[in-house]
Amino acid sequence: MNTLIYTAGLGMVCLAMEILDLRKLLVPVILLGLAVIFGVNLMSWADSGPVIFAGLDMSSMLLVDHFSVAFNGVLIVAAAFLFAMSHDFYKDEQHHLSDYLTIIVFILCGAMVLTSYSNLVMMFLGIEIVSISLYILAGSRRHDLRSNEAGMKYFLMGSFASAVLLFGITLLYGASGSFKLTEIASYAATYGMDSPMFLVGSLLVVCAFLFKVAAVPFHFWSPDVYEGSPSLVTTLMATLVKVSFFAAFYRLMSSGFAGIDPHTSTILVIVAAATMIVGNLVALKQINFKRLLAYSGIAHAGYMLLAILSLKTNSASALLFYGATYILATIGAFAVALPVFSSTGKETIDAFDGLGRKKPFIAGMLTLSMLSLAGIPPLAGFLGKYYIFSEAIHNGYVAITLLAVITSIIGVYYYFKVILAMYTKAGEDTEIQFPMLYSIVGIICVALSILLGLWPGGLMGLL
Amino acid sequence: MMTILLLFLPLLAALVVLLGGSKHASSIALGLAVAELAVTAYAINVFQTEGPEAFYVFHTWIDSPKVSFHLGLDGLSLVMVILTNLLVPLIILSGFNRTIPNAKGYFSLILLMQFALVGVFMAMDGLLYYIFWEVALIPIYFIALRWGGHNRVAITLKFFIYTLAGSLLMLFGFIMLYWYNPEQSFDIRELYTMVISQENQSWLFWMFFLAFAIKIPIVPFHTWQADTYRESPTQGTMLLSGIMLKMGIYSLIRWLLPVLPLGVAKWGQLAMILCVIGIVYASIIALKQKNLKNLLAYSSVAHVGLIAAGIFALNIQGLQGSVVQMFAHGVNVVGLFFCADIIFNRTNTNEISELGGIRNLAPLFSTMFTIVVLGSIALPLTNGFIGEFLLLYGVYEYNVWLSVFAGLTIILGAAYMLRMFKKVMLGQPSSYVPEFPDLYWNEKIVLGVFVLIIFGMGIYPQPIFNLVEPVLQDILSHSIL
Repeated sequence: MNTLIYTAGLGMVCLAMEILDLRKLLVPVILLGLAVIFGVNLMSWADSGPVIFAGLDMSSMLLVDHFSVAFNGVLIVAAAFLFAMSHDFYKDEQHHLSDYLTIIVFILCGAMVLTSYSNLVMMFLGIEIVSISLYILAGSRRHDLRSNEAGMKYFLMGSFASAVLLFGITLLYGASGSFKLTEIASYAATYGMDSPMFLVGSLLVVCAFLFKVAAVPFHFWSPDVYEGSPSLVTTLMATLVKVSFFAAFYRLMSSGFAGIDPHTSTILVIVAAATMIVGNLVALKQINFKRLLAYSGIAHAGYMLLAILSLKTNSASALLFYGATYILATIGAFAVALPVFSSTGKETIDAFDGLGRKKPFIAGMLTLSMLSLAGIPPLAGFLGKYYIFSEAIHNGYVAITLLAVITSIIGVYYYFKVILAMYTKAGEDTEIQFPMLYSIVGIICVALSILLGLWPGGLMGLL
Repeated sequence: MMTILLLFLPLLAALVVLLGGSKHASSIALGLAVAELAVTAYAINVFQTEGPEAFYVFHTWIDSPKVSFHLGLDGLSLVMVILTNLLVPLIILSGFNRTIPNAKGYFSLILLMQFALVGVFMAMDGLLYYIFWEVALIPIYFIALRWGGHNRVAITLKFFIYTLAGSLLMLFGFIMLYWYNPEQSFDIRELYTMVISQENQSWLFWMFFLAFAIKIPIVPFHTWQADTYRESPTQGTMLLSGIMLKMGIYSLIRWLLPVLPLGVAKWGQLAMILCVIGIVYASIIALKQKNLKNLLAYSSVAHVGLIAAGIFALNIQGLQGSVVQMFAHGVNVVGLFFCADIIFNRTNTNEISELGGIRNLAPLFSTMFTIVVLGSIALPLTNGFIGEFLLLYGVYEYNVWLSVFAGLTIILGAAYMLRMFKKVMLGQPSSYVPEFPDLYWNEKIVLGVFVLIIFGMGIYPQPIFNLVEPVLQDILSHSIL
């Protein structure tokens, strides 16, 4: 709870700094703030009593447990990377800097609500905080046609999904008479299967979540929005936001619906299979790097759906580990991609041509990130995949796991397209400007990917 | 402690070479690889006095799901580690006197590869083993990609995805084993003793067999191999053919037979037939090859086919033969590819029809090449003979007719090797070989060592038998129910 309050406070501070004309200090202050918030978050690990705020018990709204603290920790780290990169990314847009950064801070707030809600109203609020902020950010390049398109598309589709979600919540309320997860869970346990209203409601909520995490067949917005949005926003959507939606999805299924009923299970198996197949196959044909990562993100959503399916054995820590490795690898990749895009003016894979010769160290970082995304040991992405597959098999989802294994072989092909571009193509002689903060973010991400691959102990089995 | 040193010295060496700069990269790499060889020699000494217990390393690595950092060095592992650590310095030495761009990266990757290979041979925990197995793929991919021939991009990608596909199926198999195991761990001792139903074993067999069959390669999973051997730089080809494919054979013995005995009982015969088909098929294809490296690649398929057949014979002769032949084949095939490289280095061609008459120009090279060829076609008193004899004997015990077909490998092998030798070395010098300087100093050392091993092992192979006999008996006792 404190974590959330401090983060919201940080957002206020950002706005105040705009008024006081302290834009130059914005990024350092935010990073410092996030470090403090991380510490606050760490302290709430041990203390998991009811949430008391201003003398009122808020436990029926927000519930701070190990699940939310762990995911918040990962999200805070991801946000810190994004802010570090924003310093150079928004260099030419200083007059909007505080707007953008404040919005990202509030997205972090929304994401924290999503990891710790215990009430469907809070869940809806969390989703809307994140989504509405993202609509703005996606369209934030006002003079860029594609950015406008991305913002508009995301807004239209996203608000439709929100309406579906709201409708689902209403039906759940109608059936169970409460917004509280605990009461919904006890209703689901006693009458769930017999109440059509409850089943339809839960189906609608699940569909809305599938839209938000870009699972097939609700994925069509994602490549266009990823491609059109400013690259840093794409990174944000692909990492922090995606993982927070998955955390919320998991929380809903585990504490709201008290496990997965057979209907939802069948639907999720089909959706996960389709997501893995479509995501990986369509990614093969992409030439735009951001679209490639959009489809790879869709494929990874398919794998993360396996963790949601494996609720029975408390697969939360598998989801956490996978989410963390996915965030590290994706941010590591974008930390290389963003400066390359701005130097070459291209966002296609051939922007990386010859990078292995021009900047061997940078190319090495991108290579390792790609290998981690592809799930090659000893990088953390491998253990993430292994962990999720293992949980899924333990829960009896053998066939779908075999499918996941096969599709992840396909995945290797398109991740290697990027590596091949760097090492085997000549490329133009454009000088690649590589600001220091990008390299620092990249190095930390890659180093963490390697470390987590070798010593997963800290994060694995945490929950 | 020594196990750790044995494992991590190559990794350390790879880092040192990478940081050391390109100018002295090859010398530093050689020095460190020789140091690793010296550690291996000391390890053999310790092994003789204290036995395998001296090398036992066990640490918990991941609590949940339970994975341990469990290393061990029994006779079988020791033979493989000796092979690796003996070949790697020679492979590095073979790169002297050649211009290699960005040498530090090249030699660093070779040493990284050595690290992963030693890890594969010493890992006694399923997931740890799997990780080393995968890690071995990355350096060789980049070696072939950065320093390979013209068509390298498509061919190496095919190689990578093909072998990774097999590996991922194996990972799936390992996860299944983990959950079948009542203790829920990957530890090899538990995997050896756990009970799995026949039904489950029979499909798990394919998860593992495919991974190994692709790596070895057993026909029909061999299509990546000849192209990759041809397009890789020489040292890459040597690593691939000399050591990396032995990973697959070693894994058949170590992980497939004892862990899934019922699966082997059910499908072993089919696997055996595939191996024998592969022997004949690859030998016939080798007869028709026009490129020296391609010919050697297909001859390698035939030889390893026989080794794998000996394993599926499920008797002690076959297993002993396979280990001895693994060692012998590792030495011979690396020697042969080195000879091909020496020829290419001086003539810029590996097309057999364009070569000829080298013997008159380079008598020393010719003599050594002859000896390696004779070892490869299993002449008595060379290292190839002992292994092939035992393998054929093992297959004979299993089924007479299969051994007849498998025996064709010796006849056909002699046919294509000697025919190749005649065309390449004898006769009048062709226009492509106007001059052919005889061996340089490094080439003399490398080939000299190979010749010593070929005769040494051919005359007195007993030490290897002594090392592997108890391990193989133990594995056999788990494999036959």
